[in-house]
Amino acid sequence: MFEVFGVSSQVLFGQLLIGLINGSFYALLSLGLAVIFGMLNIINFTHGAQYMLGAFVAIFLLQYAGLGYWWALLIAPLVVGATGIIIERLFLRWLYQLDHLYGLLLTFGLALITEGVFRNYFGSSGLPYSVPPSLQGGQNLGFMFLPNYRAWVIVFSLTICLATWFVIERTKLGSYLRAATENPTLVRAFGINVPRMITLTYGFGVALAALAGVMAAPIYNVSPQMGANLIIVVFAVVVIGGMGSILGAIVTGFGLGLIEGLTKVFFPEASNTVIFVVMAVVLLIRPAGLFGRST
Amino acid sequence: MAAVEQMGTTAGPVRLWSEPVAFAAMVLLLVVLPAFVYPVFLMKALCFALFACAFNLLIGYVGLLSFGHALFLGWASYLSAHLAKVGQISVPYWLGGWQWFVIPLPPLPPELAILGGAATAALLGLIVGAIAIRRQGIYFAMITLALAQMMFFFAVQAPFTHGEDGIQAVPRGRLFGVVDLSNQTNMYITVAVIFLGSFLMIYRIINSPFGEVLKAIRENEPRAISLGYRTDRYKLMAFVLSATFAGVAGATKAIVFQLASLTDVDWPMSGEVILMTLVGGLGTVFGPVVGAFFVMTMENYLTAIGQWVFVVQGSIFVVCVLLFRRGIVGELAHRLRVRL
Amino acid sequence: MKRLISLSALAVAFGCGAAHAQYTDGTIKIGVMNDMSGTYADLSGQGSVVAARMAVEDFGAARKGMKVEIVGADHQNKPDVGSNVVRTWLDVDKVDVIVDVPTSSVALAVSEIVRDKNKVFLVSGAGASDLTGPQCTANTIHWTYDTWALANGTGSAIVKTGGDTWFFLTANYAFGMALERDTAAVVTKNGGKVLGQVRHPFPGTDFSSFLLQAQASKAKIIGLANAGSDTINSVKQAAEFGITRGGQNLAALLAFITDVHALGLQTAQGLIMTEAWYWDLNDANREFTKRFAPQYKGIHPTMVHAGVYSAVTHYLKAVEALKSDADGKAIVAKMKEMPTDDPLFGKGTVRADGRKIHPMYLFEVKKPSESKGAWDYYKLRATIPESEAFRPLAEGGCPLVRS
Repeated sequence: MFEVFGVSSQVLFGQLLIGLINGSFYALLSLGLAVIFGMLNIINFTHGAQYMLGAFVAIFLLQYAGLGYWWALLIAPLVVGATGIIIERLFLRWLYQLDHLYGLLLTFGLALITEGVFRNYFGSSGLPYSVPPSLQGGQNLGFMFLPNYRAWVIVFSLTICLATWFVIERTKLGSYLRAATENPTLVRAFGINVPRMITLTYGFGVALAALAGVMAAPIYNVSPQMGANLIIVVFAVVVIGGMGSILGAIVTGFGLGLIEGLTKVFFPEASNTVIFVVMAVVLLIRPAGLFGRST
Repeated sequence: MAAVEQMGTTAGPVRLWSEPVAFAAMVLLLVVLPAFVYPVFLMKALCFALFACAFNLLIGYVGLLSFGHALFLGWASYLSAHLAKVGQISVPYWLGGWQWFVIPLPPLPPELAILGGAATAALLGLIVGAIAIRRQGIYFAMITLALAQMMFFFAVQAPFTHGEDGIQAVPRGRLFGVVDLSNQTNMYITVAVIFLGSFLMIYRIINSPFGEVLKAIRENEPRAISLGYRTDRYKLMAFVLSATFAGVAGATKAIVFQLASLTDVDWPMSGEVILMTLVGGLGTVFGPVVGAFFVMTMENYLTAIGQWVFVVQGSIFVVCVLLFRRGIVGELAHRLRVRL
Repeated sequence: MKRLISLSALAVAFGCGAAHAQYTDGTIKIGVMNDMSGTYADLSGQGSVVAARMAVEDFGAARKGMKVEIVGADHQNKPDVGSNVVRTWLDVDKVDVIVDVPTSSVALAVSEIVRDKNKVFLVSGAGASDLTGPQCTANTIHWTYDTWALANGTGSAIVKTGGDTWFFLTANYAFGMALERDTAAVVTKNGGKVLGQVRHPFPGTDFSSFLLQAQASKAKIIGLANAGSDTINSVKQAAEFGITRGGQNLAALLAFITDVHALGLQTAQGLIMTEAWYWDLNDANREFTKRFAPQYKGIHPTMVHAGVYSAVTHYLKAVEALKSDADGKAIVAKMKEMPTDDPLFGKGTVRADGRKIHPMYLFEVKKPSESKGAWDYYKLRATIPESEAFRPLAEGGCPLVRS
């Protein structure tokens, strides 16, 4: 096997694969954010808390209803998405005429409330959730041992990301959504129920966050703070990708996962900060982000 | 920001006597309160009040929401603590290997330490501002948040900050070589003077030709550009000034509490200053001060309900954004039809 | 954000016994400060307050006419919050002794303040060995464990039983690196070899990349120089990647029974760690646990809780002997002079540098099949006698010792 900068290619491929796995989470989460921002012009700070909710709902489903991982994948996004819809109807819709920053502050407040309530009831150590039996074990790929579950993460995330992108960019429903963002009054005049579309879109974005949460539950520690630090990284991803761009979020998510993976090999202490450094660099060269449209 | 625009412009004749009266009341309170309230608590509230005033300069008068202001508070406190305790500054640079450029300094007296901290904040403000100013609104907020988070991680790793331990046992020293700051009364008077002085400076900035341009930029930037103003320069200047005053707050705080820790650079601190300013009243002069005292008092005395502090903070955010956008002072000013 | 949870004041001083004793404002006020809401809430938290209360009751304060009050607060693992609470407690609330305080950064800050105000500080939760080293004071006693003891226990005991090649997974902050440094020194001293280390950002979530590097090193032992959720995540993900199946063992350099509880035996089995106390070691411990667990949501006491109990007991004995709680230095000197004796730690001593001496124990986490139920997690691998468990007095660098 050959060597790159003193690291064997075996180790390198292994790390890149792991980077891809992490990238899937970034992509899935930033997808939800990008959908919400692109369609609604709202920065959903609650995204991290909704990710956490998805993981907790998965745990509750197992503990109280005996429903395992596969059920959770379906039910948790629906449940959390429903709470999203309630939030939109109750709080967010009053803010559309105001400066977008108020939406940010409101969702920030909601995130604090959600995390505070959960911390109160569940402490901070975290709850266990195991990998579903059908996905346990792994394959020996030669250069590394790849747990089946992690392979599933990549495949599933990719599928969801591409499906979402397809729906929004290539279908009629998607075109209605995009039109409604650009000119809601006109679209309304065509008889399309714009407020309902907005509500459902927000719910969809939130459901995506919850889905990422369910997928994270078996491998990352499920605790009330699990979303809090992750959300800032995801913001950076969305900013790099271009804030309204779905494709930008997906590509940047996976890309950044890879970059982070590489950094962990050559300069592990910086793996936390590399994303922000990339963001600063991208902003200096292309202020609108890689795929963004300049406003 | 839309709601902020409503504020500085009240319908009908504006009474201008309100501001000096409020200022006199504030000074009187600062003199009297230490007899009734734990002075250390007051000093903490004053530092945060200054921090909130600095933040308000940016959001209230330029319309830029910075979600990373903790960066300036925290790094200024680190530098101030370091200068007061150790003095020597070693800056790493790359020349064939990591080299250290050493500025040999003895531990500095508190006034120089605070100035050093403020200067650091100004420098950081310049760098961060230069990157962030290119975008507006939410993008600007996101960028400041991400950059602040990056600097948080630097703070965790940089050796001089001692990471989790923070810089501890920072000496209070003798102000100007004469006044012994370990005496609680002396420290309180110093902090009060620093606060009042900075407050007046910020007031002067707001009510100056420079400040008028800032307000013009907030109201309608394209029009300001069409009138020939280099708005980027003004925004950057405002950003640096805001950062500097936040730095003064952080540097003073480090001397008062003899500690500089990661809490001050972490993003929840950025959230907290937004809360203070929002509650007090965005775009009002006295709003941030009231807001800071309110939030500090709330945190102090909510101890009985334990972990619910986060929930309460979040609820206040939600309530303020939905129903109480003018904040305490803003609402008061609106009702009395005065300018505060 | 302080959380002051005032618990009921115990026993009222009547005339007789109290007449000879001069306690500051008539009460001995014990302040238990720790993490009540974050990562360390389970291993210390409210449980420490329970332990302190039990210590006061078992000491018979009421019978002896001593009025003792216990207050608790949350420092949220932040040195500034902790300092504020302690300052207010000592200045305004007339607290006489501060107990517990996990998170070394907070403990170090508190130690300074307590020295300035001449009160007493009994550390149970924190681990920094500097508290009895360069930062030692005449007002602080470090009770339960410290990083040196952990490094020594885990490091030397593992090397002696065959684990002689090590790879470190270290949290990239001061505490993590100190753990790594101390353990690496012990490993090499005992003839082992450190094959490498990787520093992960603190706090981290995904350790797969670093674990892969640890796996590639083929070291027999992977030392986890991190704590709290980092340790839990590392162990969880190591299980996922089949690291232990490949013949490597994980050594947690700072772990508590509450971490094992959070992980579950399936994931945590085989984990090796050093602790100062375990509830199932002997009858006295089990007896204590039977009384403690119902008062603390069924959670079994950790070594931190036991340390609080032991420390408060000894403090009360010293205060009773001196008939005063005013002079912190005098009380601590008395505590160093009197040998310790309590049901949980047995007989022991407090050294000149403030280090409490007792044996340490090396445990291995049981397999699920070996456990009889919840909290039955450890099997004893080795006992480190008190003469070897802690850093020798001369090596600490404590200014109180150098004469």
